[in-house]
Amino acid sequence: MNQELIKKIQVRIEKGGYEKAFLLDLFERMFLIREFEEQVKFLFLEGSMPGTIHQCQGQEASAVGVCSALRTEDFITSTHRPHGHALAKGLSPDEMLGELYGRTSGCCKGKGGSMHVGNMDKGMLPAIAIVGGNIPVAAGMALAFKLKKTDQVVACFFGDGATGEGAFHEGINMAAIWDLPVIYLCENNLYGASTAAKDTMRLDRIADRALGCGLPGKQVDGNDVLEVYENTVEAVKRCQAGEGPIFLELLTYRITGHSRRDPCHYQPDDEKKAWFDKDPILVFPAALIASGVCTQQEIDELRTGVEQQIEAAVGRAQQEPEPTLDDLTTDVFCAPAASVS
Amino acid sequence: MKRLSLAEALREGITEEMERDDSVFCIGEDIGITGGFGGAFTVTLDLEKKFRDRMLDTPISELGFTGIAVGAAIMGMRPIADMQYSDFLFLAMDQLVNTAAKMRYMSGGTVSVPMVMRAPVGATGRGSQHAQNMERYFIGVPGLKVVAVSNAYDAKGILKAAVRNDNPVMMFEHKLLYGSKGARAEIGAIDSSSDIPDEDYTVPLDKAAVCREGTDCTVLGWLLMLHRSKAAAAALESKGKSVEVIDVRSLSPFDYETIGKSIEKTGRAVIVEEGAKTGGVGAELAAGITERFAGDLMAPVMRIASADVPPPFSPILEDAYRPEVDRIIEGIEETLEF
Repeated sequence: MNQELIKKIQVRIEKGGYEKAFLLDLFERMFLIREFEEQVKFLFLEGSMPGTIHQCQGQEASAVGVCSALRTEDFITSTHRPHGHALAKGLSPDEMLGELYGRTSGCCKGKGGSMHVGNMDKGMLPAIAIVGGNIPVAAGMALAFKLKKTDQVVACFFGDGATGEGAFHEGINMAAIWDLPVIYLCENNLYGASTAAKDTMRLDRIADRALGCGLPGKQVDGNDVLEVYENTVEAVKRCQAGEGPIFLELLTYRITGHSRRDPCHYQPDDEKKAWFDKDPILVFPAALIASGVCTQQEIDELRTGVEQQIEAAVGRAQQEPEPTLDDLTTDVFCAPAASVS
Repeated sequence: MKRLSLAEALREGITEEMERDDSVFCIGEDIGITGGFGGAFTVTLDLEKKFRDRMLDTPISELGFTGIAVGAAIMGMRPIADMQYSDFLFLAMDQLVNTAAKMRYMSGGTVSVPMVMRAPVGATGRGSQHAQNMERYFIGVPGLKVVAVSNAYDAKGILKAAVRNDNPVMMFEHKLLYGSKGARAEIGAIDSSSDIPDEDYTVPLDKAAVCREGTDCTVLGWLLMLHRSKAAAAALESKGKSVEVIDVRSLSPFDYETIGKSIEKTGRAVIVEEGAKTGGVGAELAAGITERFAGDLMAPVMRIASADVPPPFSPILEDAYRPEVDRIIEGIEETLEF
């Protein structure tokens, strides 16, 4: 494990004056995502789960750090890799698994699938799987909050690859000129599918792309859940003060394939090893124990509880009903509204 | 009651909807600039004086502002987006087709996108990239409503119905029908003004309108081609032919009830479309008519449309590209003689 990262997290734990329950909740949520993703990977590889999957093992700290700084009424938008964001924002494993299995119990009644999970009641727009497509949409959601004069904010997740899209530049530019309450979160996991991000841009820091549109761009350690959390708390305050959007580049790494059965042969071994040593699921509990917040036994108990929770949810999801053929043609349009006087 | 041009009627409709509902706002390029021109065709002229905070002038970012309209609509606002020329819709296609149209379905009916996208079409001496009839690219997109307005009365009523509708609505308008004035007046413009009632009214998004009754042949048109079809029908009347003209208006879904009743009566159908013939709106309409009313048809459904070329600049070529009245008359006569 990367001792430097553990020490950095310890300093934050000690300086931050956090409640033990909050810190353990961060770990539990991160582990929930990891366990969910590992189970889903197994179910997909054994052939019992339909579709395709884009997973986020290794990136749990960025999802949980951001969403822990948001309220239910604040919104997130996500991408083709949305499982971690959804679980961090409060979607249940049951509604997620139902969706991945294509069952009516899913958060989108089985019509969205893995790449479109979301739940408006929990503050998550069904994920948009066109790379960069959610970036102007997030600005529009934030515009609605501004026009309605609410204090809600939008947190918009996307990857390093999305910053090559026109939608990125158009979206953040308009968010900037109108001071919209949106936090742009670029999870830089070094690869757009199999292509190294460094081969797709001249910039060393993706955060610098924000400067071209006049909003602040900052790099954050995306594997340090507390660093992500603290930066998001500041970003929310900035948005609520009417000071406009901010761009955070969360430096992280995907320790699983891009999708399906990708064996990641394009990731060099030494790079992989360095990032595996910074796995948030390992370093955060190590820091908690080293700081005396909790014991290894407490961590083990949380892990066992999550494992049982996911196993039970998988069992339930597999029993949920499939859509009927009548469901094919519903939900294309809204039902005619009562006439407006 | 007052006489208004199509642009004026739209402006009045937008104003009334913005007065009625605080969640209605306008977004687009050059729409609310003081000293500007109120959009390319004067529809939103001076609205910024009344609604400064709800007239959002954007950078030249069609994808971006369309996505912003989608996001705002998802959160309960009712944006009226203005695509300066409909050709630019291609830049915004991802947001319209992948997000606005599909969000309702892929969310399992939990999200709605109540937005209106207005877009002017038609060849008007501006060359190939400010001239296309873009309706064709949207009628086959499940989740979108598509309408086209041919006169001022319908424009106002359909605009209001579109704003109040909970689905994304693509609203197509024609540059030669606006009646834009002053520096924004169009050469070759056609009078499409109407008497507009003082009271609030809407026009349904899914209904065609019989504009002229007849018994020998049904002619289906919309936008500029509707006006030319009416002229052709009037000319044929003097030759003793009774032609029924329908303003299709609702391009998705088609109002097959109104269209079918007419074809049942006449037994003949001619579709007149501005825009290349291959893969056009008329192709779908002809197929739909044939599937439904083959037993009533006494002649093949005829399509009169633009040539399969990009819209040309040369005025002579532009006239040759787009169906004019004589070509429509010939087509109707050919169908009548079949």
